[in-house]
Amino acid sequence: MDEQKTKNDKAAAKRRLLWYRENIMHGVFFVCALVSIAAVVLICLFLFANGIPAIAEIGVFDFLLGEKWAPTNEPASYGILPMILGSIYITGGAILIGVPIGILAAIFLAKYCPKRLYKVVKPAVELLAGIPSIVYGFFGLLVIVPMIRNTFKVSGASILAATIVLGIMILPTIIGLAESAIRAVPESYYEGALALGATHERSIFRVVLPAAKSGVMAAVVLGIGRAIGEAMAVCMVAGNQTWMPQGILKGVRTLTTNIVLEMGYAADLHREALIATGVVLFVFILIINLLFSVLKKKSMSNSVEKKPGMFRRLFAKAKSSRKEDSKA
Amino acid sequence: MRNKEKLPAINHAPFRDKLRTYLRHPVSLLGMILVVIAALATIGVLVALIVYILVNGIPYLTPELFSFTYTSENASMFPAIINTITMTFLSLLIAVPFSLFTAIYLVEYAKRGNKLVGVIRTTAETLSGIPSIVYGLFGMLFFVTTLGWGTSLLAGAMTLSIMILPLIMRSTEEALQAVPDSYREGSFGLGAGRLRTVFRVILPPAMPGILAGIILAVGRIVGETAALLYTSGTMAQIPDLTHDGLVMGSGATLAVHMYVLSGEGLHMNEANATGVVLLIIVLGINLLSSLVAKKLTKEKT
Repeated sequence: MDEQKTKNDKAAAKRRLLWYRENIMHGVFFVCALVSIAAVVLICLFLFANGIPAIAEIGVFDFLLGEKWAPTNEPASYGILPMILGSIYITGGAILIGVPIGILAAIFLAKYCPKRLYKVVKPAVELLAGIPSIVYGFFGLLVIVPMIRNTFKVSGASILAATIVLGIMILPTIIGLAESAIRAVPESYYEGALALGATHERSIFRVVLPAAKSGVMAAVVLGIGRAIGEAMAVCMVAGNQTWMPQGILKGVRTLTTNIVLEMGYAADLHREALIATGVVLFVFILIINLLFSVLKKKSMSNSVEKKPGMFRRLFAKAKSSRKEDSKA
Repeated sequence: MRNKEKLPAINHAPFRDKLRTYLRHPVSLLGMILVVIAALATIGVLVALIVYILVNGIPYLTPELFSFTYTSENASMFPAIINTITMTFLSLLIAVPFSLFTAIYLVEYAKRGNKLVGVIRTTAETLSGIPSIVYGLFGMLFFVTTLGWGTSLLAGAMTLSIMILPLIMRSTEEALQAVPDSYREGSFGLGAGRLRTVFRVILPPAMPGILAGIILAVGRIVGETAALLYTSGTMAQIPDLTHDGLVMGSGATLAVHMYVLSGEGLHMNEANATGVVLLIIVLGINLLSSLVAKKLTKEKT
């Protein structure tokens, strides 16, 4: 009897231990899951808490629309409009270069590339994404800057150089997302267009690409995010002058490089103004992220199951009576 | 059911037919040419970049460049290599458990329709969109100043671990979701608890996917500069063990070291050689991750 009892006790103890272990680990997993939320909250908190007072002290308009950044002058002036414009110009240029090439290359990967070649090209594009930005910057500094210097007889470090380097850097982002967006378009669209007598190219450019529009747009938006947030590569090739942008062959400073260049020795209001620069950048990025997630949601709901596409619509007309039944 | 397999005999157009079609539709021909040019340009840029760095850097890979301490004459990258290794392990040590557990919670524990899941996904997406310089700013404000760690490898590693959190989380999530539900049902059916199911049944087949994510994260860590400039410092030295320990001292990783060298302008060739080492590491990492991915697909079939 006693033996039986101790056995039961032991089993019960073991079960209790298991129960505790299950619940404790459940709690641990839950707490870990909260870490990413905590990180975002902390980042927002610290950036805004350190940046907003500086903006308030300098004055919102003087800060955002001031055309002169001279923190060491007496009196100092903290206007970041040159950097905001610099960021926008360089990002715009990078988009101008990166988007057409990126989308066309994505089309190549999705619709032209033979399987055997794909096994080489796809990893190559992924490698392009893996190369550190500092290496891109170095390449730009030693190849693209001298090239511009020799062609146009200017100093070389310029908006154009930064634009080219960034255009290359955002390629893998755009190619990757645009390719999966193009692949997500049902094959029937392509086949339908072919059957109607369109050529391979016409089917792709007029039917498949429009159907993948919001996915491709999401790719472009993510590319913008990458370009506007890039610091090191731009820092090495953009020239970094604090003047207002004066043309694509002249140097310019961006929001990111402003932080990189001056954070090392800044103090007091200067330091806080740099953090405020980070806040402005952060707000830009948040807006871009929001846009990206909206577009991504749109491209997901665009799939045929939920919304009839061009050819489905034709079929839907023929089957309209049945459709109405199902709707009711 | 529609037959999804391609019928090569019917679909195949001989070259002559293709040519005739293209000649009849010059716009299509133009489109095709543009697509091919874009693809060639992409690959061309990659090849040019790699070849340029390798050709100009390899001649300067001298033994002096790997001497134990850095002096302004030899511009040794040895301390930077050690720091990069320390930084990688430290960041992974912090980030992997958190991201792994988060993914396990999201996939295995959270109930369907749990609002928290949506919030966590959104925050992870936000984290992956934040530029590295903003992480650097945050790390400087929080770890270096507020927590009083000073410019140290630990501060840098903490900053990086937040950066790679969404990356590992995402890949782990996908790997866990790819494990068929029958595994879970079978395990529960045999009387295993949830915890046992996760660690003994779900994780092993998901391992290659998780590993691929971790390897990619290593690539991010090795190549990162902006987030480390003001968190772990730019000094080309191994932190003094006796003075402030391995993790509390400051030191530059390879990428930061390369930035400092090229910024000074005196050691361009050495910077280029550092770039070679960086590039080789990145190439190796990509190769490794594709090998792991190949293993993943092989196991599935």
